Amino acid sequence: MAAIRTKPDPQRYSFDGLGSAPYPNLMLLGAGDLDNWTLDRYRDRWEGYRALAMALKMEPAAVTAEVKLSDLRGRGGAGFRTGMKWGFMPKDTPERKLTRYLVCNGDEGEPGTFKDRAILEYNPHQLIEGMIIAGWAMQCKAAFIYVRGEFGWLVRKLEAALQQARDAGYLGRNILGSGWDFDILTYRGAGAYICGEETALLNSLEGRRGEPRVKPPFPAQAGAFGQPTTVNNVETLAAVPPILRMGGAQYAKLGTPGNTGTRIFSVSGHVKRPGLYELPLGLPLDFIVNDLAGGSSTGRKLKAIIPGGSSAPMFDAKDFDCPMDFDSVKARGSMAGSGGIIVMDESTCMVQVILRLTRFYAHESCGQCTPCREGCNWMEMILDRIEHGQGRPDDLALLASLPPRINMRTLCPLGDAACGPVESALQKFRGEFDHHIEHKACLCG
Amino acid sequence: MNHPLTPETSAAPLAPGQRLPLSERTRLSPEAVAEIQAAAAKYPDKLAGTLPALYIAQREFGFLSLAAMREVAAALGVPEGHVFGVATFYTMFRKQPAGRYHFQVCTNLCCALNGANELLKRVAARTGAVPGGGPTADGMWSLEEVECLASCGSAPCLQVNEGVFDEFVDEAKLEAILEGCRRGDYSPWGE
Repeated sequence: MAAIRTKPDPQRYSFDGLGSAPYPNLMLLGAGDLDNWTLDRYRDRWEGYRALAMALKMEPAAVTAEVKLSDLRGRGGAGFRTGMKWGFMPKDTPERKLTRYLVCNGDEGEPGTFKDRAILEYNPHQLIEGMIIAGWAMQCKAAFIYVRGEFGWLVRKLEAALQQARDAGYLGRNILGSGWDFDILTYRGAGAYICGEETALLNSLEGRRGEPRVKPPFPAQAGAFGQPTTVNNVETLAAVPPILRMGGAQYAKLGTPGNTGTRIFSVSGHVKRPGLYELPLGLPLDFIVNDLAGGSSTGRKLKAIIPGGSSAPMFDAKDFDCPMDFDSVKARGSMAGSGGIIVMDESTCMVQVILRLTRFYAHESCGQCTPCREGCNWMEMILDRIEHGQGRPDDLALLASLPPRINMRTLCPLGDAACGPVESALQKFRGEFDHHIEHKACLCG
Repeated sequence: MNHPLTPETSAAPLAPGQRLPLSERTRLSPEAVAEIQAAAAKYPDKLAGTLPALYIAQREFGFLSLAAMREVAAALGVPEGHVFGVATFYTMFRKQPAGRYHFQVCTNLCCALNGANELLKRVAARTGAVPGGGPTADGMWSLEEVECLASCGSAPCLQVNEGVFDEFVDEAKLEAILEGCRRGDYSPWGE
């Protein structure tokens, strides 16, 4: 059904500039093969559930220590250190036994990102194994996989995979003779981008409107159903089995110090070979866009690149040499976010692009905080009149005055996310906006 | 989030050929009530059954009328206001009837860069459905513009009803999908 293109042959590419060996696929194992999702295939071909057997022989704290050693950072967008997050979960005391939950965030809705979908489609058992290991490390009672509503068929596939795991004794009572009980339930969202924010997701999981919560309390104190909860992204949890199989120290050798391991880049837009590329962190943007994805698909020069999903401020052609890891992208004023790289050629009208993105944020704002609810709508209205030749001379100053009044003034980062593209486009492509207002026409034709 | 007013089923005039029996229903079937209660029992709190229950009601009624929301509230034993709030918050819960084949076209940035707006226009022209509107007069088609469907690398993409997800949709592929709908290759909305 799905035709997600992945790195055609991972062994073929090697980039001497970083002295790295050919890049291994750790999470996209067998991606592209629709028969790959079964338990038998995962066990026979990809050493499936070997990491779980190893983990259950270790102390829970030792598993967390291994993940800390790997220095894995959350792949959902914020890049928070996973081992540290797991460490925030409160422990049982002699007086009080706690009910802890693990929640997997599969509400993949960031425009430009389609990696979690591929893991769920082709390799669900690796996610399930990662979740059981994480559940053991934090001694959770149960886990939930929250999948976005549009992925109805993936929820059914996931249910089938979970049943296979239950039948094989990897889920349920007394897992592999460890005396520990654990199960995973699926939950299907219903089309709200905001539910990718962890506290909005928890509200949605509890059957409420997906509105972000006031923090504190943080999910580690009071998360799903009021209990201590850890929320991790699909890709983060899928990285856990390889970490245990190869050892945290070995995993940390991939990528660059502080930005370890591999991540899945989703490349889309005006490139010859859009698709998913699992690569160690720290490779230059130029290599991903031009060497792997084949450069411009239209024959025109590339003008702008969004490096980390639609919420990330834009790069222009000057930033092609930026190493794609969390810290380097941040140092250039953008964010590595969800790893969604959107490429635009020089025929793309930036006013249209920003209008489309702003309309998305205005539509998806949950409406709780005034700056985001009203601000995004006003940005959309101003951009709309600029795009349609009704821009006024002072519109750009008015538009530029809005992001500082939204940024950091809301409960969740959706407002900030809406500001990133607007601010960066005004800074880098201001000429196009001026041209729209002055000549009531587009510079790009 | 949009909060459209929700018409009462009996008050909303039905177009000729529209599935009368489905949207005229005001009660959930006993099987659906049992299914809702089983779904809610899986989670630590019955409130968590709200989203699964609304999906079941949407399947039963074709869309979420006020009657459908009331039935869900009764089946779960939660306040009606809560169910109304949830049903109107999420975009995948339809507050108006859909055609037999409901098309959703993503027009977000990555799809737009690859011709999604043209695709939307083409679907509208070929089916006669208005984006964001109700079903066509024959009850066959409805069309909606949606946000990212996580198919950015294979844009443009569209979704037909809940199951069929199509990517790299060009003119020929769209024709094949429309033909498939007419032949009945895909299960109609709500089934």
